[in-house]
Amino acid sequence: MSGFDETKLDDADETVRVRFVVNGRKVACEVAPRETLVDCLRNTLELTGTHAGCEMGACGACLVQLDGRAVHSCLMFAVQADGANISTIEGLTESGVIADLQAEFHRRNALQCGFCTPGMLVNAQELLSQVAQPSRGEIRDALSGNYCRCTGYEAIVDAIDAVAKARSEGGGTT
Amino acid sequence: MSAPLTSLDRPNSYIGRSVPRPNAKRLLAGRGRYISDLRLPRMLYAAFLRSPHAHAKIVSINADEARTLEGVHLVAIGTDLAKICTPWIGTLDHFKGMTSAPQLPLPLDRVVWAGQAVVAVVAESRAIAEDALELIEVDYEDLPVVVDIDSARDAGGPVINPGSANNTCFRALLDNGTVDHAFAHAAHVVEEEFSFGRHTAVTLEPRAIVADYDPAAGALTVHHATQTPYQFQDLYSRHYGIPEARVRVIATDIGGSFGMKLHVYHEDMAVVGLSILLGRPVKYVADRIESFVSDIHARDHRVHARMALDAKGEILAMDVLDLTAIGAFSTYPRTSVVEGNQVIRLMGAPYRFKNYRATLEVIFQNKVQTSQYRAVGHPIACAVTERLVDMAAAKVGLDPFAIRAQNVIADDAYPQTSPTGYRFEALSHQACLKRLHEMMDYDALRAEQADLRKRGVYRGIGIAAFVEITNPSPAFYGVGGARISSQDGAILSLTPSGEVRCLISVTEQGQGTEAIISQIVADQLGIAQEHVKIITGDTEVTPHGGATWACRGAGIGGETALRATRVLKRNILEIAALILQERPSALDIVNGEVVDAGTRNQRMPISEIARIAYFRSDTLPPGTQAQLTVSHHFAPQGYPFAFTNGIQGCSLEVDVETGFIKLLKHFIVEDCGRVINPMLVDEQLRGGIVQGLGAALFEECRYSETGQLVNGSLAEYLVPMPMEMPDIVIAHVETPTADTVLGAKGVGEAGTAAASACVLNAVNDALSPFDATINSIPITPTKVLKTLKRF
Ligand code: FES
Ligand code: FES
Repeated sequence: MSGFDETKLDDADETVRVRFVVNGRKVACEVAPRETLVDCLRNTLELTGTHAGCEMGACGACLVQLDGRAVHSCLMFAVQADGANISTIEGLTESGVIADLQAEFHRRNALQCGFCTPGMLVNAQELLSQVAQPSRGEIRDALSGNYCRCTGYEAIVDAIDAVAKARSEGGGTT
Repeated sequence: MSAPLTSLDRPNSYIGRSVPRPNAKRLLAGRGRYISDLRLPRMLYAAFLRSPHAHAKIVSINADEARTLEGVHLVAIGTDLAKICTPWIGTLDHFKGMTSAPQLPLPLDRVVWAGQAVVAVVAESRAIAEDALELIEVDYEDLPVVVDIDSARDAGGPVINPGSANNTCFRALLDNGTVDHAFAHAAHVVEEEFSFGRHTAVTLEPRAIVADYDPAAGALTVHHATQTPYQFQDLYSRHYGIPEARVRVIATDIGGSFGMKLHVYHEDMAVVGLSILLGRPVKYVADRIESFVSDIHARDHRVHARMALDAKGEILAMDVLDLTAIGAFSTYPRTSVVEGNQVIRLMGAPYRFKNYRATLEVIFQNKVQTSQYRAVGHPIACAVTERLVDMAAAKVGLDPFAIRAQNVIADDAYPQTSPTGYRFEALSHQACLKRLHEMMDYDALRAEQADLRKRGVYRGIGIAAFVEITNPSPAFYGVGGARISSQDGAILSLTPSGEVRCLISVTEQGQGTEAIISQIVADQLGIAQEHVKIITGDTEVTPHGGATWACRGAGIGGETALRATRVLKRNILEIAALILQERPSALDIVNGEVVDAGTRNQRMPISEIARIAYFRSDTLPPGTQAQLTVSHHFAPQGYPFAFTNGIQGCSLEVDVETGFIKLLKHFIVEDCGRVINPMLVDEQLRGGIVQGLGAALFEECRYSETGQLVNGSLAEYLVPMPMEMPDIVIAHVETPTADTVLGAKGVGEAGTAAASACVLNAVNDALSPFDATINSIPITPTKVLKTLKRF
């Protein structure tokens, strides 16, 4: 190796401008091509409610809503999300769309450290938007990519089950 | 004393009530404040170059190019940090004869496990720091690698620590009663060799630390995702020579810990040193691969055990050899010996026999350190004991319930001392056993099993009784010379508006510490829970204490809060009595109002007492000095530990074609003394059980022959996921400890303690028609097929 490797510096320096709608607001930011969406959300946009647990699509901590569907923000480069409409736990909380899930998780203590919780909520919302009345088995299956080290999962399943019933009884389409 | 603690009818009775955790709402809204979220002004990021070799000499390090990379502020090697950090040695005095090599943040000349941090880079972003790592060249010279237990014990084989005669860290022998005589005269002897793989904590948030040294003030602040801020305050102070009062450790929200985040890690010590060298905040968050190769691992035991019984199935004796491999040195400051020590002392704990012998051998090897992780030693002792009991039952011709009923220490026979030296105050094995039998609908399960077997479906039913160590006294670490407190402290204030602030030394990792402390304070003072604010996890503001480990939060922290609250209440009532011209004993507090103790008629709100004391002290009788802030410390006395007990049961199905195991249902009857919040206790039990089930079926750190961890990612290391886990049915028996007013014992490890034992027994039960047995954990499909000779 001889001296200073300039290509390395150039790569790291080069950024791309991306624009998306995040939690209902238009944002533009400069990102490195190698920057993942989860890093962009957490670092550049300071939306630290989205977590990173494995950075390989195995734990579900980084789930966000992208154009209405749950996606792993660790598996996507920020540049790939250019033009997308993204909702994170912060936005979902503000808009109130998952208020019933949050209340039920709280009532049943379906969380301990809370690190998996934003991803669980995003995935629960995804499930309930696809299947109105999932069985407990279907709920467990739908969560099969959401790792939680603290709880025994049961309270999470109970909470989602209860919200599913309440939503379909209310006939609501929240 | 116990009556007012259990009546749920009176106002503000929170002890025993399932109330949600007030601090969970933040986490649900994505407003947690984890260390991995933290960003400070001028903060830099550390990354580490790690050894690819399990054992090698460091010949040279060339980091010139890395140093010149734009954005890199510092490249540090072993000698740089050795200048400012004194070495640590992971031994405790009460483990006589134990040895361990001194450790530094980064090694000087030798690496002892694959993944050990060798060079640190600090840069303006983690990405730049990682780029710089790629520009560093380290020249290694391979040394002989010691990977498995047998080669580590080979006389004349390679020795890991230069200057040592062998790879032994510690040996212990227990010998009580007449073991040889008991075996010589036994009607039945069962004997087995067990193995327990390594697994690790896999907290969803990896280890995270931000060290912030201010050279102008000579002060160090460390934001550290840990259970034990005071322990680290002491360690950073002593190893970096900074006065204790100028070291502040803040532990905010933490994404899981389970014992893993209370040990000293080389990277964490290094980050503190890097911040001192730079005079700027330095952040390090392990990525998942780094977690697998550098977090403590747990277990790694090979146990040979036998049990002697008389003709009727009465247990007479146990004889145990536990070999455990802990990595290349012992963990600091709690050592890597505690687990083995608890294995040999918890063996046979539920049962009455008196003859016991055990040898523990703790062995060095070239792998990452093992140390305390949830249920330290319990799952090993429980699985060995309970499997032997089941083997004995089969031999004698007894049902698993019957042999246990025959041998457990009777509920009315306490206090008792176990043949391993533990003193039990009061346990409830008989009550738990009976309850589990009903709860499982055991006879129906057996009938169903027999029916299904005829159709080629192989169900297994397993049960496992356990004893858990909680509320540790100084006998745990203090006597060994470790500066780890077994007492806790609380500072309680009545605020000017009549609310209560409680600063307490126990910490929160999501189990609900703050919730139960606020329940206790509200209950004992007589105010609504929402008027109590709990503050934890900051050495600058909370009093010194042991914090949270070994199931001490509720039992010791809770008692501290209870006693502090009673002092505050007495002080409030003294002022109230002066104002109302009453005797203090004629008054009480209900719902934030001072009332007549007899009639409950309201006299005045405590907010009014606070107002007068803080702002109109001139209206109080001369000489009155209101003390509306109290501080109180509580150190456990009486029994050295508050033991708890319980029993678990499970039902599962083994697919004899594929070797897959489906968990159908899990049961636990648990006795943790006074239950403060049943919902939180149940959640602890379920979470603990699921961790035990992970260990039983999935989790194992696998190593190559050259000492490389080969499954260090969440795709290859299997953890229990929602679709594989069963529903868990819970019941409680309550035997409060008489050592405290509160009567609470710990509950965090009970689930993990017996879950794997239960599964082991159930799998063997399912395989019983095949003359096939398994005595190795995790029970993988391959192991099942191998024992069935189908692989
Ligand atoms: S961080 Fe994206 S799935 Fe784990
Ligand atoms: S609550 Fe801690 S990981 Fe789920």
